[in-house]
Amino acid sequence: MPAQAPLVRRGNFDEVALGFTEEMARQEAQRCLQCARPHCVEGCPVGVLIPEFILALRNGDMVGAVRAMKVKNGLPAICGRVCPQEVQCEVRCVLARQGEPVAIGRLERFVGDYELARRMCPLERHPATGKQVAVVGSGPAGLTCAVDVAREGHKVTVFESLHSAGGVLVYGIPEFRLPKRVVHGEIDYAAECLGIETRTDHVIGRIFTLSELLEEYDAIFMGTGAGLPSFMRIPGINYNGVMSANEFLTRVNLMKGYRFPEYDTPVKVGKRVAVIGAGNVAMDSARCSLRLQTLQAQQDGGEPGEVHIVYRRSPAEVPARVEEFHHAEEEGIIFDFLTNPVEILGGEKGNVCGMRCIRMELGEPDESGRRRPVAIAGSEFEMAVDTVIFALGTSPNPLVFVDAEGLERAKHGTVVADQETGRTTMPRVWAGGDVVTGAATVVSAMGAGKAAAADINRFLRGESEPW
Amino acid sequence: MYKILHKEVLSDVTKLLVVAAPAVARKARAGQFVIVRIDEQGERIPLTVADYDREAGTITIIFQEVGKTTMQLGALEPGDELATFVGPLGHPTEIENYGAVVCVGGGVGIAPMYPIARALKEAGNTVLSIIGARTRNLLFWEDKMRAVSDELIVCTDDGSYGRKALVPEPLKELLEQRGGEITRVWAIGPAIMMKFVSLATQPYQVKTIVSLNTIMIDGAGMCGGCRVLLEEGAQFVCVDGPEFDGHKVNWDNLLARQQFYREQEQQAVREWEHKCRLEGALEKGGA
Repeated sequence: MPAQAPLVRRGNFDEVALGFTEEMARQEAQRCLQCARPHCVEGCPVGVLIPEFILALRNGDMVGAVRAMKVKNGLPAICGRVCPQEVQCEVRCVLARQGEPVAIGRLERFVGDYELARRMCPLERHPATGKQVAVVGSGPAGLTCAVDVAREGHKVTVFESLHSAGGVLVYGIPEFRLPKRVVHGEIDYAAECLGIETRTDHVIGRIFTLSELLEEYDAIFMGTGAGLPSFMRIPGINYNGVMSANEFLTRVNLMKGYRFPEYDTPVKVGKRVAVIGAGNVAMDSARCSLRLQTLQAQQDGGEPGEVHIVYRRSPAEVPARVEEFHHAEEEGIIFDFLTNPVEILGGEKGNVCGMRCIRMELGEPDESGRRRPVAIAGSEFEMAVDTVIFALGTSPNPLVFVDAEGLERAKHGTVVADQETGRTTMPRVWAGGDVVTGAATVVSAMGAGKAAAADINRFLRGESEPW
Repeated sequence: MYKILHKEVLSDVTKLLVVAAPAVARKARAGQFVIVRIDEQGERIPLTVADYDREAGTITIIFQEVGKTTMQLGALEPGDELATFVGPLGHPTEIENYGAVVCVGGGVGIAPMYPIARALKEAGNTVLSIIGARTRNLLFWEDKMRAVSDELIVCTDDGSYGRKALVPEPLKELLEQRGGEITRVWAIGPAIMMKFVSLATQPYQVKTIVSLNTIMIDGAGMCGGCRVLLEEGAQFVCVDGPEFDGHKVNWDNLLARQQFYREQEQQAVREWEHKCRLEGALEKGGA
């Protein structure tokens, strides 16, 4: 797939991967073997009809391709960009055994973008049922659930705490990976077709509690995600220049800090940035830092600086999407593997000036199945840094649980919900996505939203057991 | 959008806005805050609730024009609308009958102090209040504070009104005179004032509650930009506060963190003032 050259894209926030042309898409679609028993679909958390949409695409039937796509996935332009296809659909492609699998993700993105630009197949809904459903959180889980419930004819209201719908798609994932016009385009299109009402600026737990919403709505879906950032328990985390990836990415993406002062929210990175962690959020933080450094250097004529990813395990354990890891390397991010911070050092005016780290080695596998990193005694060293960004995973925000009597939670603050149906222990309340699993992927959240929507629809038809 | 219904100019740089936000007003309590964003380009800033009217469905905010956003906010008029108005956020003040309490409001901090003093008074406390500002024209709501206080001491740093003193001074005297009686102190104002109030009360071991106003984005626990160091570790002002035990706050860290974006803040103010001058010149030129 065509992409902006690494040296060029370091200096802008435009999309990196430029997408297939129609010709390229059709050629790629030709490679699909149309297996009688397609394994790719088994790997998709929302069960996209992959061979069907590819066949239509190959035949030049774009309406058919979009239709086949939308049977299972109402947000293809988003999924095509952010799903980890290499561990889901593409890894199961028969062609992957001999060489390159069909680029299912890129084809999905092509179909999604094509429809977003033309709006040929609006989502349709059944006649109004008179039932009302509240969806709390407008991220991937909430949006997917809202779409599937609204298709059934129920009136859906989505509550979002920030000023813009999309959750992590808007505040977390950067413009150069997922342009916001794509996110807003998909959300607005679906909402218009299905009469979904979105109420931004609503922090549930504060302005209304779940119990209050239950008085007004027949069912509630909680897709509130895992928004609470973690910091390491090491000295020095409160020096100036130390921040959570959530804060940094929100300043950049949601608040458009990279366009300060045209936008009012400032964002600041120094010349030596250390991002702690190696997941997608870490890659995003590192690549945003690099872009900010480059833009700054273009302005003041100075040196751009360095961005490090500091990770306690080895390259084999990097949890980020392969494409993001690869793009980050290409752009010149420096990877410090088998390295773990033990203290952040402060200097003048309380600003961070360095980080004491220790070298690690891999020991026996831990409960995650990955080899456990173990500190090498006596290997401590200092790294000069002026910005530290923690990208270490997140946990559910507890605000939504205020007065949520009877809602059971697991030990890390996640909500206990039935895997198949998304039902929680609180009657008429379903949950799915990161709020149940802890931080995971966009598409697994969409899968959970979809499963819960199916059960909500059954419940509202009176076809399933009550609680 | 959230409509501005009423505006009062309390001083050259201190403005009051009454904003229509019925759902927020229904729940708001003393001690809580809202997050405000003026328009699509705007930043999100926390402002403490100065008052609320559940029946009218309004929230009153008071702010001092110290940066670009507050200057722009101060230039808005009734009928104008705010893009974002989120709340009520944070924990409300724990109101009980503590006996005798002191409420200290400094500068624009007098605004959030008022509903707390009122609630404490309604709960049966003997409320001794101290309000102060740098100079006379930065003082406001003396009458309102007097109405909910058993005693009110007014001071200014420069002596232009009331007593010439910084607020910790009369506070220490109160603690000396009525030491055993006073069980709790509230202090809201600039961080440096809250620091010195906390230092002043420490020898008397009187619990001192401060309301912190830190850098924040979402206001609901997501960004962590508002972290404050307490004796027991870092906490988030937005969800764990905004009120904390002033004796446990690491004030130097708090003061340093407030300075982090100073350069950008000054740049934004310069550009805003430049834009205002240009617009002013254009208007004059056109007339």
